[in-house]
Amino acid sequence: MRRAVLAFVGLVALLVVAAAGAVQPDEMLKDPALEARARNLSADIRCLVCQNQSIDDSDAGLARDLRLLVREQIQRGRSDSEIRDYLVDRYGTFVLLDPPFRASTLVLWLGPLFVLLAGGAGLIVYLRGRSRIAADGNALSEDEAARIERLLGDGDGRT
Amino acid sequence: MKRALFLIPLLFFLGLAGYLGFGLTRDARVLPSTLIDKPAPDFDLPPLLPGGAGLKTADLVGQVSLVNVFASWCVPCRAEHPIWAKVASEEKLPVYGINWKDKQAQATAWLKELGNPYARIGFDPDNKAGIEWGVYGAPETYVVDRKGRIRFKYVGPVFEETLDATILPLVRKLREEK
Repeated sequence: MRRAVLAFVGLVALLVVAAAGAVQPDEMLKDPALEARARNLSADIRCLVCQNQSIDDSDAGLARDLRLLVREQIQRGRSDSEIRDYLVDRYGTFVLLDPPFRASTLVLWLGPLFVLLAGGAGLIVYLRGRSRIAADGNALSEDEAARIERLLGDGDGRT
Repeated sequence: MKRALFLIPLLFFLGLAGYLGFGLTRDARVLPSTLIDKPAPDFDLPPLLPGGAGLKTADLVGQVSLVNVFASWCVPCRAEHPIWAKVASEEKLPVYGINWKDKQAQATAWLKELGNPYARIGFDPDNKAGIEWGVYGAPETYVVDRKGRIRFKYVGPVFEETLDATILPLVRKLREEK
């Protein structure tokens, strides 16, 4: 039991370390509330060198520069959206890990919905067709009835 | 008409395959610059070399020029380096340097070793101007027209092929603009 508790504490400690990201102590702001804002904001900004990491996670030099820039602008009293716009003006919307809803990203945002609707429509058409066959197309024609009668009614004793 | 319905999934697949196939031909690591056709950003960098010329926004107005982002730690910069001396002398095209995230002593030694083709070099050790320009790696090369607007950006080392096929034709076109 004690070992399990120790293992659990160790695991939690590891997770806490991982959550610290790439932010170095000398980069952090003194005010914890502002630092939390900076962390929150930089988790959403793409490191353009590694491209699939946020600047909060990345050890790249450029990510550090952008982390410092975010903190500097926070200290100057800029709002989160102002800082985001500042970066988008220079690096394009690609710098945001959460792509904005725009004409150029319509396919990205609406594509899955479109596929879902198209698939659903296809499914409805298919199922309706099937139940129509079941409702009226399944009755035997006269020829078929006569044939079954003949096959079953042969009476050779084996059925 | 109803018979052709079975073609829909096939057409859908071909369309999707074509779209994704097109995506494979593009280099996803190269970002289009947001600054194309916009004036060069406000910046003012001190000279890298003692006694040399620094680089600021106003220096880019008046003639077509290239701005090359380089660093001594950047291997592809070393590979492309000889082309700038050639451009500067043969094309009479000013090539300006932004020495990016570098150390002064190392950058100076690097230029001493390889030669200095740059008409002006701004020293940007802490990425102040780099962020304004949207630089995200070295080397990067920008073509600036005579009004000081950025007209083209190339990411990665420039070799003869890119120079002759893309950059120089654009420079000639821009030189004819009033």
